[in-house]
Amino acid sequence: MRKWPAAGLLGTIALGCGCSRNPSVLLDPAGPHAQATGWLFWLFIAVATVVWVIVVGLLLVLMLRSRARGGVVAPPAHPVVSTEGRLRLIVGGSVFATFLILTGLIVASFTVDRDLIALDRQPSLDVELTGHQWWWELRYPGATPGETFTTANELHVPVGETIRLRLRSVDVIHSVWLPNIAGKRDVLPGVDRELVFRVDKAGTWHGRCAEFCGLQHAFMGLTLIADDPQAFKAWQEAQRAPAREPQTDEERFGRDVFVSGPCGLCHVIRGTDAAGHSSSAPDLTHLKSRTTIGAGAAPNTKGYLGGWIVDPHAIKPGVHMPTNLQSPREFQALLSYLETLQ
Amino acid sequence: MTERHWEQVYDENAPRDTAFEELALHEKLTETWSQPKGFLGWLMSVDHKSIGRRYIVTAFCHLLMAGMLAMVIRVQLAYPDLQVLDPDLYNQFFTMHGTVMMFLFAVPMVEGVMIYLVPLMIGTRIIAFPRLNAFSYWVYLAGGIMVWVAFFINSGPDAGWFSYVPLAGPEFGAGKRSDIYAQMITFTEVAALAVAVEIIVTVMKFRAPGMTLDRMPILVWASLITAFMIVFSMPAVVVSSTFLILDRLIGTHFYNPAEGGDVLLWQHLYWYFAHPEVYIIFLPSLGLASQVVETFSRRPMFGYRAIVLALIGQGFLSFGLWVHHMFATGLPRLGNSFFAASSMAIAIPSGIVIFCWMATIGTGRVRLGVPMLWIISFFVLFILGGLSGVMLASVPIDLQITDTYVLPSHIHYVLMGGAVCPLIAAAWFWFSKLTGRSLQTSLGVLQWALFLVGAFVSFGAMFLLGISGMTRRVYTYPHNMQWDTLNLVASLGAWAIGLSFLVLLLNIALSLRSRASAPNNPFDAPTLEWSTSSPPAIYNFARIPFVQSRDPLWDERGELPVVSGLRVDTREILVTSAVTADPEMREHAPDPTLWPLIAAIVTSVILVASIYTPQALVWGAPPLAIALVAWLYPKHILAPRPEAVPEEETI
Repeated sequence: MRKWPAAGLLGTIALGCGCSRNPSVLLDPAGPHAQATGWLFWLFIAVATVVWVIVVGLLLVLMLRSRARGGVVAPPAHPVVSTEGRLRLIVGGSVFATFLILTGLIVASFTVDRDLIALDRQPSLDVELTGHQWWWELRYPGATPGETFTTANELHVPVGETIRLRLRSVDVIHSVWLPNIAGKRDVLPGVDRELVFRVDKAGTWHGRCAEFCGLQHAFMGLTLIADDPQAFKAWQEAQRAPAREPQTDEERFGRDVFVSGPCGLCHVIRGTDAAGHSSSAPDLTHLKSRTTIGAGAAPNTKGYLGGWIVDPHAIKPGVHMPTNLQSPREFQALLSYLETLQ
Repeated sequence: MTERHWEQVYDENAPRDTAFEELALHEKLTETWSQPKGFLGWLMSVDHKSIGRRYIVTAFCHLLMAGMLAMVIRVQLAYPDLQVLDPDLYNQFFTMHGTVMMFLFAVPMVEGVMIYLVPLMIGTRIIAFPRLNAFSYWVYLAGGIMVWVAFFINSGPDAGWFSYVPLAGPEFGAGKRSDIYAQMITFTEVAALAVAVEIIVTVMKFRAPGMTLDRMPILVWASLITAFMIVFSMPAVVVSSTFLILDRLIGTHFYNPAEGGDVLLWQHLYWYFAHPEVYIIFLPSLGLASQVVETFSRRPMFGYRAIVLALIGQGFLSFGLWVHHMFATGLPRLGNSFFAASSMAIAIPSGIVIFCWMATIGTGRVRLGVPMLWIISFFVLFILGGLSGVMLASVPIDLQITDTYVLPSHIHYVLMGGAVCPLIAAAWFWFSKLTGRSLQTSLGVLQWALFLVGAFVSFGAMFLLGISGMTRRVYTYPHNMQWDTLNLVASLGAWAIGLSFLVLLLNIALSLRSRASAPNNPFDAPTLEWSTSSPPAIYNFARIPFVQSRDPLWDERGELPVVSGLRVDTREILVTSAVTADPEMREHAPDPTLWPLIAAIVTSVILVASIYTPQALVWGAPPLAIALVAWLYPKHILAPRPEAVPEEETI
């Protein structure tokens, strides 16, 4: 692209790879889609840098030479006819070179595109991802209703398997982007789309909504956790189970607060009487198995969770969850109960 | 109404320009062409120079205000987790920045430049349909006032400058914000369509005799192509914004998937307009830059025909790329491939123009004035934008970098480099023609350096942020994403750009205070507008020039040949044939009048009121009809034969 930013680019990449995976660096691929796109990107960057340096360098040289010829204010002159013919050849040649470069780039682009399409065949695991303002609902369909479960904002997948995300939106347009894994796909209301990908490296990867979707577009994170198949199976089993029964009196009171208070109107905790719907608010059955709350807005610690319950707008202004005013005793019990939802 | 009178068709006895010496002719023409005095006269003006200046000044004000929004946005993003703006206000800020820059600065600015320069460059006295021209300005002004007033009362548009439904639709777009957006588009499209029709007719019928199509300045070609592009692209946005208003106001379901509507319909219609829109801004800018390159290279433009054909090619191709804004929506992949190829192909005509300029510069004898510095920054910035555009054209790369900060980086490199640089070059170039005064070179160089470094650094940092995974349109970001340093760099660069515009303002203010009068042709440029005085007389040309080459002022170093025979007691212009510019007839130019202003006020009231009630269209129709009838009411009735003119009413 250009001299200085190219150097900066390398620095950024090095920084990103060295530190951790979470500051997502687009070109630290963890799957075949991102890998194929990665080399294509570098090819384009390299060609663009060369073209830019040549054109701008040539312009400056031409200008300085041409200026030296003229003095301060040269009278206008008609060019010599003989040089015009040669000039026509040079300009024509440059245009032809542009054409060749672009043809090369588009052929490379088409080749990669074909490879990516081939990767999308025969997915082995389906996950339904529904976009909400401003969180992700994730449903893992099973053979029986008992094997089907719903979670939110944390996408677990087995390493090495081809995953098909079935995308749906219930409100506005979102776009799911897992930078290290694959390109974006818009999540559209009324139009069903899919995103197929594979993760080859176990680990936690950062994802986010890429299409502007309103007040909290900035904090609509999607965490991707790629485990080896055994660990994924174990996670799946744990998620299928209903919520852990409360053990102490305080926890039992906390559950009653959840079910009889405002929480249960929207949220679901499987195994309780909370009558909410997992499509209006995140399923909380295994809340504490997740690392963040509010789709990446805050870490999932007791303190943040308490603050979130009392005033979610302080953490994520504009979020659709209302503020909740309970008595201190109810609040403490509720928090104790939620902390048990492993 | 003034009293109606019969006009003579046979007017051999009327005074002609042949009968006058230079000074007497000047006095006579000034008397005939000048508008009524005072504020009322100012409101009545239909002179293309006044209207063009108003367009330019208004658009410049929009640039400054939307630029200030950008400065605040860059404060908010300079550090992680800042709360200078809350999310709601941030969304209004970036939406207003984009919307105002695209619809109220860039397009009206190039329209204003075309309105001012085209009649002068083709050697005529008016723009076609001058009253429509006045009307278009008042409508544009009203639209701009409406959107800023809305913004200051917390009703600014907040769904982004391309305002995707359903976020902008009735269910998710709160209050009247998206109605304001949609209606602002209506205001600008009415103004733009009017200007486009005027430019097409002006260029096709009013060129000075001898100025064949092959001899038109490149800027005039670019204006003509741009005008056609406006005519063909605007209807798509007329439809899409009308659908949006209907969905929001009277409950239609064009974009409502629950009732069989389609959210992608908006995107197709909108981008079918908005991609050509970028070229509507870019082509006149290429034209402006071409005039500067030619003049400062001290030789006729190399590859005139190639450049004109490349501009026409860009005009056509720009209508065939809109889907590259929608690769991520998951459209059929074969279709995506077609649009990827067409998006890359448009780099070829851009390349042709740039190589022809380089050939002109390389074989000329360049004079390095401030306008020429802006041509250098055009190359530095625009080529970066073009190359990142080639990246965005590749489907796999686009799917990774679209909707990240690469996008703001790309569009700012393209529009700052490709449009703002040529516009500032043009401002320097034609400033003396507009105002009769000169700008200071030292301040100009300072401004150029600040701008170039600021833009290069700011948008470069944005590019790196994009490939580091920062998505666009986020009101803040957490510290642990490691985007802090690059964001601070981007902000510093942006503030340098802001500073550069302060320097420009200072320069303009200093020059307007000065009394020094600029010469008619300070840069020894070749085109017709430089043969007029600085600023030009109200009638532009005392005698209509006769054109024998592409660079008349270079080829005719002495006096320009002229045609004669136009009446001086009435506003008369010469109409010529479309291709060869042979004289066809004399025509009476419309007089100044208040009716375009009144019609524009009525139109604006209807448009603003219709945001609140559809009844506005019903109640507004009769006053608008009255205004239009009064506007078009014939003052002169042409007599078919001399004997049909009643004896006592003959003038």
